[in-house]
Amino acid sequence: MTVCDRNIANVAATGTLLSVSGLRVSFPGTDTPAVRDVSLRVGRGEVVALVGESGSGKSVTVKALMRLIEFGGGRVTAGRAWLSDGQGGRIDLFAQSEAAMQQIRGNRIAMIFQEPMTSLNPVLTVGFQLREAVQRHQNVARSEADRICLEALKQVRLSEPERRLRQYPHELSGGMRQRLMIAMALACKPDLLIADEPTTALDVTVQAEILALLKMIQRETGMAILFITHDMGVVAEIADRVQVMLRGEVIEDGLVHAVFAAPRHAYTRALLDAAPKLGNAPPATPRPVTDATPALSVQNLIVRYPLSGGVFGRVRANVHAVEDVSFDVAHGETLALVGESGCGKSSLAKAILRLYEPAEGRILLNGEDILGFDHARMMLARRGIQMIFQDPYASLNPRKCVADIIAEPLEIHRTGGRTEIAARVATLIERVGLPASAAHCFPHEFSGGQRQRVCIARALALNPSVIIADEPVSALDVSIQAQILDLIEEVQEEFNVAILFISHDMAVVEKVADRIAVMYQGELIEIGPRDAMLRMPAHPYTKRLLDAVPIAHPDQRRDRQLTAREISSPIRAVGAESAAFTMTEIAPGHFLRCSRDM
Amino acid sequence: MLTYSVKRLFGVIPVLLIVSLLVFLLMQAAPGDPVSMLVSDEATTEDRERIAAAWGLDQPASVQYLNFLTNAASGDLGTSFRYREPVMDLVLARLPASIELALYATLLAISIGIPLGVLAAAKPNSIFDTVGSIGGFFGISMPNFWLGILMILIFAGHLNLLPSGGREPWGMDLPRLSGFLTLDAVLQGRWDALWQALRHLALPAIVLGTAMTGIIMQITRASMLENLGEDYVMTARAKGLSNRVVLWRHAFRNALVSVITIIGLEFGALISGAIIVETVFSWPGIGLLLIQGITFRDFPLITGLVLIYTTIFVMMNVLIDILYTIVDPRIRMR
Repeated sequence: MTVCDRNIANVAATGTLLSVSGLRVSFPGTDTPAVRDVSLRVGRGEVVALVGESGSGKSVTVKALMRLIEFGGGRVTAGRAWLSDGQGGRIDLFAQSEAAMQQIRGNRIAMIFQEPMTSLNPVLTVGFQLREAVQRHQNVARSEADRICLEALKQVRLSEPERRLRQYPHELSGGMRQRLMIAMALACKPDLLIADEPTTALDVTVQAEILALLKMIQRETGMAILFITHDMGVVAEIADRVQVMLRGEVIEDGLVHAVFAAPRHAYTRALLDAAPKLGNAPPATPRPVTDATPALSVQNLIVRYPLSGGVFGRVRANVHAVEDVSFDVAHGETLALVGESGCGKSSLAKAILRLYEPAEGRILLNGEDILGFDHARMMLARRGIQMIFQDPYASLNPRKCVADIIAEPLEIHRTGGRTEIAARVATLIERVGLPASAAHCFPHEFSGGQRQRVCIARALALNPSVIIADEPVSALDVSIQAQILDLIEEVQEEFNVAILFISHDMAVVEKVADRIAVMYQGELIEIGPRDAMLRMPAHPYTKRLLDAVPIAHPDQRRDRQLTAREISSPIRAVGAESAAFTMTEIAPGHFLRCSRDM
Repeated sequence: MLTYSVKRLFGVIPVLLIVSLLVFLLMQAAPGDPVSMLVSDEATTEDRERIAAAWGLDQPASVQYLNFLTNAASGDLGTSFRYREPVMDLVLARLPASIELALYATLLAISIGIPLGVLAAAKPNSIFDTVGSIGGFFGISMPNFWLGILMILIFAGHLNLLPSGGREPWGMDLPRLSGFLTLDAVLQGRWDALWQALRHLALPAIVLGTAMTGIIMQITRASMLENLGEDYVMTARAKGLSNRVVLWRHAFRNALVSVITIIGLEFGALISGAIIVETVFSWPGIGLLLIQGITFRDFPLITGLVLIYTTIFVMMNVLIDILYTIVDPRIRMR
């Protein structure tokens, strides 16, 4: 009997924990309710996934259950939410007073959120925030509360739990904070854990750890989990049952195997199709080997951030962000740069754009070393290298219309007269698939995907030879992701531009990359052709990275082992040398970093 | 944290040097010869030269400045033209009165402004919030000389409840220990003197604190509203914490950083801004001293006072910076 079957058996044996019917939530000032007629059922010990893209109302639904929506101005205008009390009785959450809800929140229903970085109070210690949850619901002395906290920290496999209690949130990594959030939720042994996109903001390796942890704790404690996500891969990994939401309504409800095998609603099918799957891309067409100068060539690049301290602000140590990294990107080629947060991807991008001066190395743009350029020559060189950012909401000036945004690089570099620029802007708007009328609209009038199109048009405006795309689709819904990736590929071919594609999503990388480079703790550990990298990864870290990608099929669920791993600090003393190593060619074009083992 | 504090204190020195130079240059550029303030109208040229030499006014400006600096470093700010007393003594005799007034005004503003701001943010757009915001706006906009005169008219004049000026009634001989009358009274167990000191403090402190109350309230409200929208507040609510705990323990602790900034800046401004209030209530503080100094073109006194004001202001900022590190652990890391 699999875990999943056992859970379904549990539901039959112990019955329903939470059943919601006819839920409608409205916000004042809007005519249409944010969610309408939502029904939900969570059995005891069951893991239910609530799936939907942004704006589908899934977050609103669970916040309404916790009655937290009222603090954001929303109101539950219809529906009932029966929570079983475990002794045959049940209470309607929507009929409870605020005081009664406070006894339920954190005690019977706990919740964890998407952003571990901002979900903990920055000015209170970890121990204080944990203890506060315990002492709110359990009448225990401080020492007993501390013992419970420590136990919860051990349960989420956080290293050095005693020390963690005295630390502040900013001293912990994102993954550690999310473990902490889970520990906080578990401390009062709730019947139901609501997890609102708990792994979306995390690296794929950390996501795998958190999912494994949640599964294990669920098995140990028998609590039910209502798991909100947009990622079908995560659903396949963890859920017993799936509910799919679209525009405030539940459109599909079924056991996870049934939904994946035979989705009833067209939208579910679309969602499943759009979910990027690793190993699905057609074999790469071999690129003709050319001896032409690469568009971008990075040679032995080293980036360090000085850390100063003391009364006189002397440099005490350096953060070794990028360590002796070399690679080439040819015209028309996409090199995907993958690695988890903090591995030096962004530092590398900043250095290539000369937004931060590297300590050593060479950056050749079409064969010319731009690091030696003075201001005037650099200005010219900047035309050749453009950037697409991760967050299309933050990277467009909200006070400028689309035409002005796209024209800005052209005006800065004085590429022509007013009519010429206007004509170029119009072509670009059309090229990225926006209607001509978009020119005079402002960024807030567009969706995330459309804004990213504007960003692409802006990056293309100067006809660059290199575009650095920093996680260009990770802020977008999966259905939109595919469209934007297609657009990027189209324009790449048309403009023959080299793309350095920074991403943490292996499935996306598989779709766009010609070659893949893996960074780990500032070092380039493996680089090679896409198919070789994905099928025959040589480095243990690359293997782990690939293994962590959730597979969008419940039958291929893997039982992961929770291995705590040590992260070595990138801070080294002044004058510390980069570790000597060599890149060994293990197959044609496939290089592996050798000399230090992991 | 100690390194941090020491670093901040070292940073004060260049600021004080620059300000002293600016003030000195300003005094040089001011019209009128300081010597004429020192001599009678019938003085001969010889008399004038003799007096100028005695006060060091015959030296070139650069020498005068250097003398001033070296003396200031050892705590000597020169001798007042008018009082013929060391400026430092004059200032030290009056500084406690100004600081005491500013402290009570700040205390008043904090104890009213912060709770009002937090409650307004807890229920935005409620009647309470609207009334509070309008009240705060009035507080900020009211010119304090006008408010002062109004208060004197009502409370000292018509109602005859409170004294209209000064720090203490005639004949209240309270030995000075710290110069802070309320503290001295408590230390010596003179409850009658404490009552009198508080009665005299009431009106000027209210007038001085009114604008600050409004500002603190607005800042607290805005900062609380910002923090109440943060994710960690949602986490706190999801833990089942009561509204009061969420407001004060979670959101307010975070809002405190900006509130402290404003309190610190405003406190510095109160000490210098008290010039008008001190004049209206004939409060024997350094504000009044400065007004007299300016009227008599008492250059050493003016220079000394401006330096004292600057020092207080800069030290307040250092204090705020150090307080930050206590409130927000993230700042300790930098």
